[in-house]
Amino acid sequence: MRRLCEVLRLESSVLSLTTSVLLFATGSSLTACSSDSTANAEPSRDYSIGRSATPAEMTAWTTEVGPDGKELPSGSGSVETGTAIFAAKCASCHGAKGEGMPPAYPALIGRDPKGENFVFSTDPKITRTIGNYWPYATTVFDYVRRAMPHTQPGSLANDEVYALTAYLLAANQVIPMNSTLDAASLRAVKMPYVGRFVRDDRRGGHEIR
Amino acid sequence: MSDSTDSSAADDGEFTSPITRRDLIAGAAGAVGGAVLAGIPSLARGQQAAKAAKAAAAAPAATPPPVAPANPLPPLPDDPTKVLGTPTAAVGTRSRFVNAVRTPVGQVTGTSLTPLQDLTGTITPADLHFERHHGGIPQIDPARHSLMIHGLVDRPMVFSVDDIKRFPQTTRVHFVECSGNGRSAYRDTKPEQTVQIVAGMTSNSEWTGVPLNVLFDECGLKSGAKWFLAEGSDAVMLTRSIPVEKAFDDAMIVWAQNGEPLQPAQGYPLRLLLPGFEGNSNVKWLRRIELGTAPWMTRWETSKYTDPLPDGKARIFSFELDAKSVITSPTFPATVGKGWLPVSGLAWSGRGKITRVEVSTDGGKSWSDATLHGPALRKAHIRFTHMWEWNGSEATLMSRATDETGYVQPTRSELIKVRGIGTDYHFNPIYGWAVKPDGKVFFHGET
Repeated sequence: MRRLCEVLRLESSVLSLTTSVLLFATGSSLTACSSDSTANAEPSRDYSIGRSATPAEMTAWTTEVGPDGKELPSGSGSVETGTAIFAAKCASCHGAKGEGMPPAYPALIGRDPKGENFVFSTDPKITRTIGNYWPYATTVFDYVRRAMPHTQPGSLANDEVYALTAYLLAANQVIPMNSTLDAASLRAVKMPYVGRFVRDDRRGGHEIR
Repeated sequence: MSDSTDSSAADDGEFTSPITRRDLIAGAAGAVGGAVLAGIPSLARGQQAAKAAKAAAAAPAATPPPVAPANPLPPLPDDPTKVLGTPTAAVGTRSRFVNAVRTPVGQVTGTSLTPLQDLTGTITPADLHFERHHGGIPQIDPARHSLMIHGLVDRPMVFSVDDIKRFPQTTRVHFVECSGNGRSAYRDTKPEQTVQIVAGMTSNSEWTGVPLNVLFDECGLKSGAKWFLAEGSDAVMLTRSIPVEKAFDDAMIVWAQNGEPLQPAQGYPLRLLLPGFEGNSNVKWLRRIELGTAPWMTRWETSKYTDPLPDGKARIFSFELDAKSVITSPTFPATVGKGWLPVSGLAWSGRGKITRVEVSTDGGKSWSDATLHGPALRKAHIRFTHMWEWNGSEATLMSRATDETGYVQPTRSELIKVRGIGTDYHFNPIYGWAVKPDGKVFFHGET
């Protein structure tokens, strides 16, 4: 539908300087397109509104780290350093052992045997932590860097974020306690339950899923 | 507020116990009192302040609530036709006899819920739209705010708020529902739950903005662009990955709600609106969109907003909200009298139009078609009513929605069968309201 509308509108704009008769010929189809006010059917057109983004501002704002870790910055941090940073900057909310302070602050650390094997749908009381649930280690780096500490978001240096990521992964028994993480080693971390995540298969219709 | 030990529920800001009037007062005072406790992390600060305020509220010399109007109300005349009324005012207020309020208040990381029991029709007043934020509501000067679109595009661009308003615009009515709406009613049903607690994280507005495909066309998408990352300008820089097709379906960049600029809690000055998609993905305070080949797997689409299932898997990117309905009147703690009354409620679907709502007054044994009011709009609340003559015997009221895909709202036990009791989001079970012989109405969640 959209493509048809675009073609028709393109035709009408080309012809608009010629005769109104031709415009009239496409009129009914145009009306049909624009009457569906709940679908995005605006024509493709160069409005020349806005300005070009500069390389500097794109670099400054592109802070996310995806699951392949290709955006990870330089720097590194050890579990040992991360342990100290956690005690200084995180434990006041998340608890000395990352046990959380429900209901306000989620638990970060803990591999309760009840929480292994991904049985979370059977019991809401089973605590989900980084180690027993999170599918990607890069998400820890991304989230800590963008949002933590809660009252001073974005205040951590990259080395500190690497160190905290290392501590959280080690305390969750994902990597050894003597680890140091940098871009390459964080990219290589595979989370225990990454294979458990499946794309949404609900499609409406008669099936309850 | 609940003392739930369920950390995931807590993180999604939902509460499992009914909110009392005292909680409301305490919460309101807590929001102000928090300022004096600057040394404590903000959330704990809010809780401690709420506790302190609660204690203060219980004491005889309670501090007055900070929400007292600047101008005291005039006396209430015996006969309003015999005295002059009040003059015009810059901003209207609700009647002194109306007490429609969100609860709870004072949440820096959390939710406030729409008082569905106090509303009629389908449009939610903007100041009663539910709130959900993860790092407080950012205060943003629109003159300094912009939206960058970059990544896999031919022309990376920056648009000011004024720029955005120069593009072709559209105005549409859509609901926004939090992915966690109804968690407490699903996991731990209690007779004393209000409809505000059961389903108050859905709201419905008229939104105005630019279709997202217009901006994408302006930037020129490269062929590999399959997903986009939307980033907010709040304290957690909330980010979600969205399939590009949504932009060419019905996604919008919105700046107005119900005819006026967005409220700060709803994303002022710009938000993403993804009709029918789970609330969290409708990123508020939108500042950046990056086009890429694959999702970024942010915290809000992996650790949160995923659905653990009985087969040991978790569903990810569950964007579209299944059809749902809820009776909003009569509901707990109402008391009904014998005779005719309207059973009234809301229905909606993230997949399109609602085609049918049925009401049962006998706990689901038999169903009658309810009257649908106004045209059914895609991905929008629709109001339904069913006239019922109560004869004084015990009854259980239920509603059941069907959407244009043929999907029929399931019972709670049907949902538990396919998702488990511990699943975490996207709850749409049939809800019931038990009417006792004395006319008192209680929530009946075990459908």
